[in-house]
Amino acid sequence: MVPTQYYLILSAILFGLGVVAFVFRRNIITIFMSIELMLNAVNLSFVAFSQSMPADHLHKLDGQLFVLFVIVVAAAEAAVGLGIIILTARNRQSLNVERVDLLKL
Amino acid sequence: MTALISHLNSALSGAAGYWLLAFIKIAALLIIVMTVNAYLTWFERKVVAHMQSRIGPHRVGPHGLLQPAADGLKFLFKEDAMPAGVDKFVYLFAPFLALTLSLASLAVIPFGPKPLPFPFFGGHQIYLWIANPDIGLLILFAVTALGVYGVALAGWASNSKYPLLGGLRSSAQMVSYELALTMSVVGVVLMANTFSLTQIIEAQSGRTAWGILPAWNVISFRGGFPQIVGFLCFFIAAIAETNRVPFDLPEAESELVAGFHTEYSSFKFAMFFIAEYTSMITVSALCTILFFGGWNSPFPDSWTIAHYLPAIILLPFGLWIIYDGLKYETIWGRLVLPVIGAGVAIIGALLLAGAWIAPLHQANEFIQAPFWLLAKIFFFLFFYVWTRGTLPRFRYDQLMNIGWKLLLPVSIVNVIITAAVVLLRTKP
Amino acid sequence: MSAPLIIFFVLAALAVIGAISLILQKHPIHSALSLIVVMVALAGLYLLMGAEFVAAVQIIVYGGAIMVLFVFVIMLLNAGEEERTDFSKLAKFGGLPLALALTGLLAATMTKHGASIPNPETAGALAPTRDLSNLLFTTFVYPFELTSFLILIAIMGALVLAQRERG
Repeated sequence: MVPTQYYLILSAILFGLGVVAFVFRRNIITIFMSIELMLNAVNLSFVAFSQSMPADHLHKLDGQLFVLFVIVVAAAEAAVGLGIIILTARNRQSLNVERVDLLKL
Repeated sequence: MTALISHLNSALSGAAGYWLLAFIKIAALLIIVMTVNAYLTWFERKVVAHMQSRIGPHRVGPHGLLQPAADGLKFLFKEDAMPAGVDKFVYLFAPFLALTLSLASLAVIPFGPKPLPFPFFGGHQIYLWIANPDIGLLILFAVTALGVYGVALAGWASNSKYPLLGGLRSSAQMVSYELALTMSVVGVVLMANTFSLTQIIEAQSGRTAWGILPAWNVISFRGGFPQIVGFLCFFIAAIAETNRVPFDLPEAESELVAGFHTEYSSFKFAMFFIAEYTSMITVSALCTILFFGGWNSPFPDSWTIAHYLPAIILLPFGLWIIYDGLKYETIWGRLVLPVIGAGVAIIGALLLAGAWIAPLHQANEFIQAPFWLLAKIFFFLFFYVWTRGTLPRFRYDQLMNIGWKLLLPVSIVNVIITAAVVLLRTKP
Repeated sequence: MSAPLIIFFVLAALAVIGAISLILQKHPIHSALSLIVVMVALAGLYLLMGAEFVAAVQIIVYGGAIMVLFVFVIMLLNAGEEERTDFSKLAKFGGLPLALALTGLLAATMTKHGASIPNPETAGALAPTRDLSNLLFTTFVYPFELTSFLILIAIMGALVLAQRERG
């Protein structure tokens, strides 16, 4: 039986790795993927807390439901974000985030 | 000997026996599915050939029965060329991914309701499935959803424009039809109130329409609304999902060379091939389980003569194979075919003798459920091959139009109607 | 060392290796594949915790739709390997330690106070989908409708962004 604490530590590690990837990568798409990694780490915490509650608790399944909402929001964000990325890449001819540094394209 | 058996019984009574049984079942299923795949290609070539007024493979072995073996040897011995500039890891990983996912989806398909009459060492019952989770249907959809990667990555990794376009088109098609596939199944889930495949089949047992028709989901009003529209949407979406004719533009030979598997040769191409046929088998199995009652016989249980239908089919079939083999043209055929026919006829006779001999009766009863499931799966596979021999293929924009503008709205309307009927029929 | 603990460590190691590979790979498609590995490992962890519906939705939606979108965009834009740019000194010598400090702070908080979080009595008890859907359509119906609006807006936004230039 796995203590809930282990899941939370794993979630913290994944979140930290997501932050490192966000700060250090130059490709826009990789930065976007690191955002998804951070959202996944948070989902793991939600489910970990949900399973730590006793079985007859009133709000036991709320954590799992929130994971569904987070996944939906991540999907919507990915769709729009990738659309913006495609447009930016077409206009700037580069996927390097350091090149997108002018307010006027 | 008995000491050995009792020692094995005690050693394998816990988790070790459970896992050993699971591995043996997985190995058996893989061997059976690979053989069925191989002979499915033979079946397809023969049927399409006869539909086109020609004979098909008939030189390699009697009636071309060794053609799959010859094809397999060819795949093994062909030169394994890797084009320059490919991304090696992704290029090698994509066919492996496609094959693994196709085979993994077979793990949740149940082949029969009851376990084998004899238990495994250690008292474990041998059920006719590898896993029966409560969300079996969702697991199948998860594996289908991941199957897009095999195609997309194969197209991309080949470092060439035709495979890239073919891969993108094919994966866009698969993603689009996945929506219609999933929506058309929601009606069945509403009627059966569960995601578990065995329970969906059990909800379709018995008779409906005053005992005339079997209570299959496609025709019964029990618990909901007949899922005819759902079945049609599911089947069309499934043909598109498995990239078969008439939806096979991305891999057709006259179009983008050969689509996403242009640059793959020998065994890697064979892996894509096996993956495609295995997903055909999985989808046919899903059609029968979800819409056509799975292992439920179309005849009522009280008609005991219907219980001998496997025997009534197998015995004359075996005798006909013997007759055809005796006047075959090659000596090899005249030797092998009567032996095969005799084997089939003996199995049929044994099952028929179950009417009088008790242990054979038990075997006959046990075989009923898997026989009906396999017969229905065979019918759907024949339907797949039939459409291949008959229909021309769709243009890509027509294909995407059908997926988004026809199948998806129709399957959503089906869900709404089924949900309304189920809601109105459940007493609060 | 019970079986669930071993499975947890295997899946956790897979997830962390996938995340580190996301950081270190040069080509975006390899980063995307590593992220898919992380998502599948997390789906396995959800199954281990008994959240079977969430695991299935994670693979179907996240792994089978969102990541496919990422892979499509990488293929369409023909994203090549990343260019080596010189990091600013601040990023190299300040950023990495700060990020590690953030991780360490979170992990340390979990370790210190984590023992007070209760463990479930029945390990890995499966959450029935029926209860989840009851909750979704009764207590959480308002967020449910809002997220459907959100998806509709996202679809319209993606369509507007992707249409061809006029004229």
